[in-house]
Parts: sequence; structure tokens; C-alpha cells
Amino acid sequence: MAVPKRKTTPSKRDMRRANHDKVTPVQVVACPNCGEAALPHRACGACGFYKGRKAKAVKATTA
Amino acid sequence: MRHKKAGRQFGRDTSSRRAMLRNLTANLITHERIETTDAKAKELRRVAERLITKATRLGKVAYTAQSELSAADKARRLHAERLVSSYVPRFGVKADGTKVDVVEKVMLDLSKRFEGRPGGYTRIIKLGNRRGDNAPMVYIEFIDAAPVTDKQAPEEPAAAVTAEPTTAASASAETASTASSGETASNE
Ligand SMILES: [Zn+2]
Repeated sequence: MAVPKRKTTPSKRDMRRANHDKVTPVQVVACPNCGEAALPHRACGACGFYKGRKAKAVKATTA
Repeated sequence: MRHKKAGRQFGRDTSSRRAMLRNLTANLITHERIETTDAKAKELRRVAERLITKATRLGKVAYTAQSELSAADKARRLHAERLVSSYVPRFGVKADGTKVDVVEKVMLDLSKRFEGRPGGYTRIIKLGNRRGDNAPMVYIEFIDAAPVTDKQAPEEPAAAVTAEPTTAASASAETASTASSGETASNE
């Protein structure tokens, strides 16, 4: 059976992990309506606006 | 291999999948806007739009009174109506409890609203991922559906604070009931 001859060095291990195992940050954009951080191409979670119109019902905040 | 085989299977057999899509179609027609997963909405779009197109293709014949139609037009209308009613359940119930004749709505209302439009009767708006299974959720709505309204804020919040404990409890129960009867119906 094929077996590794040498222990993988920390350097080789980290080089392997540096590319396809990396964690990418979540892309967020500022909502054009309320300025809150929102996911792109989705209705804003805070105000429910998308493409300049009300898209999602949100709980109205009490004054 | 599933090369060139269009459509999602949803891990269901044909019967279950057909049942799910017909219920989603009836709910979309009844409520005009429903919340569902992105995959189900995309599949629903194919099914629902093809169904509505059966009515819109008739043009004026779909919504003019029976008495003003020629015998040939009556037959065309009847055929389209039977195709529609063979797919969707006849009745739906709106959030306010009113009964909607789904087939009649397709033939009389939607056919007029979407007359001359070459498909594209629905819009999908992404909402983010569902808590629990992280499924991407969307609204699917008719493009001319009534705009979304916010859930109502509890009335007289200042009075609720100063009120007696018993009245405060009833006021909060009232708030919970108004919050649950939102504009948009939720679906699986
Ligand atoms: Zn916003």
C-alpha cells in the first residue's frame, strides 16, 4: 500500500490549505435605502427594499 | 446521466412533485405573492406561467361574456378552461378568509391583466437564507401584484406600558394576532 514517506511539513500543509480550503468573507453592500449592510441581489433584511421598491414585509419599529 | 433533462426532481416521485407544484400554483394565483425556496419558485415559474398562457393566448375570448361569443370561441374557451382546471385545485382561500375560484381567476382576471405579454408574468425576489436548513428563500409574485405593506406596529405603545397587568396581557395577545395575519402568505 502506498504510504507517505515523510511527515507533511507545516509549510506544505499550509500551502495546500491556502487555496481551495480558504474561507472567503461574505460580500455585503450598503443598502441604498437605509444604509444597513445587506446581501447583494437580495431584499434588505432591515428595511425590505430591493431595487428601489418595497419588496419584503418587515416588522415596523415602534417609535 | 441527466443530460438535457430539464426540471428539478426535489427528491420526490412524480405524483408528489406534481401535487406540490399544483398546490404552489394554486397558492400563487390565490395570494399573488408567496414565500418559498428559490428552487421551488424557479420550478413553479415554468408551471404557473404555462398555465396562465393557456388563458392569455385566447385574448378577449377569455374574459368576454359567454352570450357575446361565437360557438367556435365558446369551444376554444371551454377547452382552455378545462386544461387549466385539470391542473389546479378549484378553490383557494385568501389570508382574510375569502374564497377564490382559481380557475375563474386565471380565465377572467389574469388573462386580462397579462394580455399581450409574451410570458414573464412572475417575479422572484431573493430574501436570504432560511434559518434551520439555510435554504435560499424568495418571494415569487405576479409582476403587477399589490405592493408589500409592513406588518402593523402595535397600537398605542405608551398606553400598554402604563396599563394594568391584565389589560397589558390582552393587548400583547392582540398584537400577536395582528402580526401573524401578515399580507403575504407563507408556504413550504
Ligand atoms: Zn435597507
